[in-house]
Amino acid sequence: MAALINVPAKAKRGDIIEIRTLTSHIMETGFRHTADGKLVPRDIITSFTCRYNGTEIFRADLFPAIAANPYLSFFTVAKESGKFEFEWIGDNGYSSTASASITVE
Amino acid sequence: MPTTRRQFLSLAGGVTAAGTVPIVTLRPLEATPAMLNTAIRNVVGEAQIRTGRVKLDIPPLVENGNTVPMTVSVASPMTADDYVKSIHVFNEKNPQPNIGNFYLNPFSGRAQVSTRIRLADTQKVVAIARLSDDTFWQVMADVVVTLAACTEEMN
Repeated sequence: MAALINVPAKAKRGDIIEIRTLTSHIMETGFRHTADGKLVPRDIITSFTCRYNGTEIFRADLFPAIAANPYLSFFTVAKESGKFEFEWIGDNGYSSTASASITVE
Repeated sequence: MPTTRRQFLSLAGGVTAAGTVPIVTLRPLEATPAMLNTAIRNVVGEAQIRTGRVKLDIPPLVENGNTVPMTVSVASPMTADDYVKSIHVFNEKNPQPNIGNFYLNPFSGRAQVSTRIRLADTQKVVAIARLSDDTFWQVMADVVVTLAACTEEMN
């Protein structure tokens, strides 16, 4: 699944950096009906995790009240060069990952 | 024309009825609906929730409830012994009271989270932060929604 990740490529050690993520997902609430009255089953992302060189730095539980194509922005301290790994988990066995690298000087 | 008993009573009744109207509207407008309250208590437990420290940036008027930008930030030094553990966002009138839970740590550097949410109606949005000393702080915002999200028919 397509995800857009925005992490600064370079940072100074100790800088507070913003990480922005956007992933494509319908986030079907499970509260909508089709025109002939059938309930559309829920299909959402329920969990998002960000790891920085293996350590969890941010986690979120998502609910149907999160808009389609979930956007999340959060912060972390640039400690060392390495890799950010992102993981989205959802209904019906949905799972998607992405990663981004950073150079810390 | 002399006032009859009937006229007097209906007039007095009207005055009484009119007199009660302000009392009715004086009931607290901030009453928290049960579902929202339960959802908050599930997270907070019996702890006291104080107002302040948390800032909720959300437009006061939105045309489309399907995607409403929202930023929650907490005044915190984000050091190893004084940081924000989590931020919880709730709504009052969507079919379900939870919006999101966000878990932070001292390495977050800044206690701020942004996302985009759905609002099914004109309502209150509540953000609650849990600090490292297990105190809870909250803020409320009123949002007027002109086109509701969530429950419309699928085309």
